[in-house]
Amino acid sequence: MPAAGFLFSKKEWLYFTILAALLLVVMPLAVDVFRLNLIGKYLTYAFVAIGLVLLWGGGGILSLGQGIFFGLGGYCMAMFLKLEASTPAATKIQSTPGIPDFMDWNQITALPSWWQPFYSLTFTIVAIILVPSFFAFVIGAAMFKRRVGGVYFAIITQAVAAILTILIIGQQGYTGGVNGITDLRTLHGWDIRTDSAKLILYFVNALLLIGVLLLAQSVRISKFGRLLIAMRDREDRVRFSGYDVANFKIFIFCLAAAISAIGGAMFTLQVGFMSPSFVGIVPSIEMVIFAAVGGRLSLFGAIYGALLVNAAKTTFSESFPELWLFAMGGLFIAVVMAFPFGLAGVVKDHVEPFFAKALARFSKPSPEPQPQAAE
Amino acid sequence: MSDETPSSSMNISRRSLLAGAASIPLLAAFNSVASAQGLPTAVVNTTGLAVTDTTVKVGILHSVTGTMAISETGSVQAEKLAIEQINATGGILGRKIEVIQEDGGSDWPTFAEKAKKLLVEDKVASVFGCWTSASRKAVLPVFEQYNGMLYYPTFYEGLEESPNVIYTGQEATQQILAGIDWVVKEKGAKSFYLLGSDYIWPRTSNKIARKHIEKKGLEVVGEEYYPLGHTQFNSVINKIKLKKPDVIYAIIVGGSNVAFYKQLKAAGIDMTKEKPLLLTISVTEDEILGIGGENMVGAYASMKYFQSLPNDNNKAFVAAFKKMWGDNIVIGDVTQAAYLGPWLWKAAVEKAGSFDIDKVRTASPGIELTTAPEGYVKIHENHHLWSKTRIGHARADGQYDLVYETKDLMEPNPFPEGYQ
Repeated sequence: MPAAGFLFSKKEWLYFTILAALLLVVMPLAVDVFRLNLIGKYLTYAFVAIGLVLLWGGGGILSLGQGIFFGLGGYCMAMFLKLEASTPAATKIQSTPGIPDFMDWNQITALPSWWQPFYSLTFTIVAIILVPSFFAFVIGAAMFKRRVGGVYFAIITQAVAAILTILIIGQQGYTGGVNGITDLRTLHGWDIRTDSAKLILYFVNALLLIGVLLLAQSVRISKFGRLLIAMRDREDRVRFSGYDVANFKIFIFCLAAAISAIGGAMFTLQVGFMSPSFVGIVPSIEMVIFAAVGGRLSLFGAIYGALLVNAAKTTFSESFPELWLFAMGGLFIAVVMAFPFGLAGVVKDHVEPFFAKALARFSKPSPEPQPQAAE
Repeated sequence: MSDETPSSSMNISRRSLLAGAASIPLLAAFNSVASAQGLPTAVVNTTGLAVTDTTVKVGILHSVTGTMAISETGSVQAEKLAIEQINATGGILGRKIEVIQEDGGSDWPTFAEKAKKLLVEDKVASVFGCWTSASRKAVLPVFEQYNGMLYYPTFYEGLEESPNVIYTGQEATQQILAGIDWVVKEKGAKSFYLLGSDYIWPRTSNKIARKHIEKKGLEVVGEEYYPLGHTQFNSVINKIKLKKPDVIYAIIVGGSNVAFYKQLKAAGIDMTKEKPLLLTISVTEDEILGIGGENMVGAYASMKYFQSLPNDNNKAFVAAFKKMWGDNIVIGDVTQAAYLGPWLWKAAVEKAGSFDIDKVRTASPGIELTTAPEGYVKIHENHHLWSKTRIGHARADGQYDLVYETKDLMEPNPFPEGYQ
């Protein structure tokens, strides 16, 4: 462990405390349940952004297909919830009661065998992590073992995202098609649509996010994390030093996938449905933008980036329903032109020096200066 | 203004205030103003909706950005026109309608988010919106949970009957059965080739079409689906040429239409010769703008409304629409259905004497509009509209000529026995 402290440096612990307080205390007190649920939805994208910080910021591997894993996690959760919502009693007007409604609309008369295990919550939770990880392993092994990297890897992840979207839409009898899997109601009998459930899910989501943040940080400061940075900056030297670069890349790709999938599952729980519009190319690129706006090197930046971009999206689209996309585009261009390292870069280059100066000035008279949230 | 404004009337007992006024729109408007003075907000709004003594808030929720914007813009325009006309004649129960517009962004989860915002934060008394089935499916749980009222304008696959939705477009059997009956009777069609974009509406519609065709002892010689956005139709066009069906039954949506009809023409299938004849339920005047009238000429469409309908209501509607939104605009089936939403809601609110969702719901079945552009419509117990089905014949200028309309109103039947 570095001498600076456990997991984080002192300064980073301060940031961590601010973030935890913001998510767990300030937000729930400051906004109503409707807005809190929206923030919960934004935070599910922060999982993907954290995965991208590990993968792209840490490992230098740009994936433009993280929506695949977000979607797979979300779909696993949605399948479980859909089966629970499709009891024979609730679906008695169908030709075949007891199967999900979209299957009935597509003339399917029996639940496909690969849906069966999703009756079990335990299996579902395991699947949420393992299915996307396995998928990432297959893609990663196929690419990295052949030393495919850089822009080619990015293009291939895009292609996979497109393929998966077409597959989901085309197999609508089994997947719900373009509509997605909708009208999810209960989790083990617990109605996830009520305000109290939304509140509880928000906290579960926020705590999971904080857990994932700690996990990601522990990866970053580990020996493996330092190897990743070495690989990012000089891959051939790491290889010549005797490390199997491909395996490390596969591992970090799988880890980022699993983290994204947790976000996807929490998304399904909080929003109440899953659709292929989260799997494709556009959402995958949007998720990269969250990480870019927050700062691709900073885990905290990723979370703030996801929050800020999505909050801006909601606000702009409420105020200017016909022009908001231009406002969003302008925001991205401004951020990338002015702050190449995103919000985290702004904090590092401008806010921190400012507080350092202020701290130096006040530290003599007052022993406990309190810097405000550095946002 | 009052001449071109539809008045509403109800066939079952009305409040005495409004009795007898139905045939004279101007008088009806005065009456609703008068009635409002007698109805304080506390009485007409017991559930905390955004209703004041002088205003009532409603939501419009369509995509004005993204791929669906091209289709949904017409619906937004129609709803705004209807609301403006209602306000010009005194509003509803004396209250002016204020619109809160939200953008669904062609993205289904965004629809759900915005629907929730409209119901929970803005507490709108009614929402006019959605276009694709996917967006409706996304908002449906929200409307049911927070007890809102949605007026949904698109022709769609049926299989749904929500207490929180009034479906102002046709469900699949209304659109399909009469069209097939017509083509069999008038054109002697014996064999059909079914085509569609690959999602729930074309698949369900073709399922109904196939059952209906087979019930008549006729033949379906092919049935195929293509992903949304597909642009290569040459192989299926070759198959059509080989199988020589009497009718191509096409339910292709969006941009794929452009490719399909151009390639059909390029392959030498001249639809004006009607060998085979093409019957579609998915191409309205809006889509022809993209396809080009010269590529569509000779095709038949089966739906409930065409811009060229010769009745007086429609002439006034088209004139008002063009006055508000420009002379170059075209009006398709869904646009007209969207226009009905605010009027049907107004009639239900006035019949209920309240903006409360539950009372509006109870009042809705039986509501009639005598002055809808498509002619007379009436809300069925199942929240769909009784309406006539019409066949249009495409002209080179992008309009349809009306060639047939059903004598009676078609009963909406979202869960058709024997067609599932």
